[in-house]
Amino acid sequence: MMEQTQRYNARLLAMEIAAVLLALLFLVPFWFVVVNSLKSFGDLMRNAAGWPEAFSWVNYAKVWEIMRFPRAFMNSLLITVLGNAGLIVISAMAAYRILRRPTVFNRVLFVLFIAAMVIPFQSIMIPLVKVASEVGLMDSRFGLIVCYLGFGVSLNLFLYHGFMKSISLEIEEAAVVDGCTPYGVFWKIVFPLLKPMTITILLLNSLWIWNDFLLPLLVLHSADIRTIPLQTYSFFGQYTKQWDLALAGLVLGVAPMVAFFLMMQKHIIAGISAGAVKG
Amino acid sequence: MQQRGKRLSGAVQQAVFVGPALIFFSLIVLVPFLMSFYYSLTDWNGVTTRVVWAGLDNFKRILLEDSEFRNAFWFTTRYTIAAVLLANAVGFTLALLLTQPLKSKNVLRTIFFLPNVIAGLLLGFIWSFIFVKGFAAVGEWTGIGFFNLPWLGTASTAFWGMVIVSVWQMAGYMMVIYIAAMMNMPRELIEAAKIDGAGRWQMLKSIILPLVMPAFTVCLFLTLSWSFKVFDLNLSLTKGGPFGSTESVALNIYKEAFQNNRHGLGTAKSLIFFLVVATVTTVQVIYTKRKEVEV
Repeated sequence: MMEQTQRYNARLLAMEIAAVLLALLFLVPFWFVVVNSLKSFGDLMRNAAGWPEAFSWVNYAKVWEIMRFPRAFMNSLLITVLGNAGLIVISAMAAYRILRRPTVFNRVLFVLFIAAMVIPFQSIMIPLVKVASEVGLMDSRFGLIVCYLGFGVSLNLFLYHGFMKSISLEIEEAAVVDGCTPYGVFWKIVFPLLKPMTITILLLNSLWIWNDFLLPLLVLHSADIRTIPLQTYSFFGQYTKQWDLALAGLVLGVAPMVAFFLMMQKHIIAGISAGAVKG
Repeated sequence: MQQRGKRLSGAVQQAVFVGPALIFFSLIVLVPFLMSFYYSLTDWNGVTTRVVWAGLDNFKRILLEDSEFRNAFWFTTRYTIAAVLLANAVGFTLALLLTQPLKSKNVLRTIFFLPNVIAGLLLGFIWSFIFVKGFAAVGEWTGIGFFNLPWLGTASTAFWGMVIVSVWQMAGYMMVIYIAAMMNMPRELIEAAKIDGAGRWQMLKSIILPLVMPAFTVCLFLTLSWSFKVFDLNLSLTKGGPFGSTESVALNIYKEAFQNNRHGLGTAKSLIFFLVVATVTTVQVIYTKRKEVEV
């Protein structure tokens, strides 16, 4: 805003230094965890603040095996990818129909979807477990994905609905005149135009599903299908006092999302801003 | 004939486009939510199929006898107030700082946002190490009393421990939203105010604050509902301790239902929780929306 009009002066330099110091303070917890995850247990107990006596990579090798990290990673990935794909398809289609055919039914439905966003997850979870076991969604990755479709559809539909208002009807009408079916119009014409919102939704959903803990805790029980947060939780329960292993496990758990964020940060930050303005 | 065919294909389209969303939504959100009204009036234990009607007993018990639930509510309220105020103050300050023409502003924005991409559960574990081992090591090294406190060991320090971690996490997210709002401020207004000789403080109070009011609506809503519903961080950082002093409402409901197996009582609590969350966030949105100005 004021960027071009101000020259770099002593005042800005002071602000810059303050901001950098603050940022370092923000990073200290990560630094502590990473450095200590590379120490042997004795070293960690004697000096938690200092540099490692010797780098002990063996912590990571052990934890990789105990946590069955590749397996947990693939579970998280599978659930996040399929949850995202399903959510995008069902919410984009529903938002399109609700916006283009504003019948009484559809308008009531829209209000219902939006109103449900104020219900906290904890106010649904207890009967949800019962419903999920009745229809066979418990202890299955597929069942968990179905749960994500139900919980995510409100916000996704709302965001798509808001974005679609800016798409002009003329292109669609032209396509209909050319003999395109309603399904063709949606998938070939409208859906590609939604791409910026699809990216925003994809990133918001990914952060949510990948990091979610309580819902997987309720739905998944077998060790084989646990996601990264679940696996970290049970690992931490077993190795509470063994900080050398626990910290290596934490770093492994945090790493994929940090890497993803650093790669996608521009889109993620833009998506947060866009999502918040619409929300 | 043609008319009927058209109506039929319209119904098919409605089913294809809206059906899947409606089915998943009903199955996962709507039906369980409606069921919770029924279960809150029973003594259901979640295991047996025997469900006995209990009338308003659960609600009576919660309101009159359950001191743990009351404590959880009181803790959650205090925690929410502290976390919401501080996270927004820090986020807003960061946004003011990082909309200045600093050389490192892009890197710094990334750093401040970073805690948000990590699961709350993992953040709690990270900080439990910092509070238990890290602070102790720094305290030994520097001799500053602040670091030598038993951070997760007493009720008041554990409370502030929860607040510190939440602010550390949420501030960066709020910063991103405030920055977006500040970048959208109309240039002419800023320039005009400068020409009129507005000081920095006046600028902030009379120009920037009113213009970013919509961002306040969003940020207060997000921080309020996140803080009120805190669970993952609570479980991994303090487990509600010491002696239940930092148990959030969400954790209390979870324990009641899935550890004590009192699903009826748990759903009654969860309905009260729903009413409070819905009321507080709705009132907040209406109140701050009224303060927004048209440009």
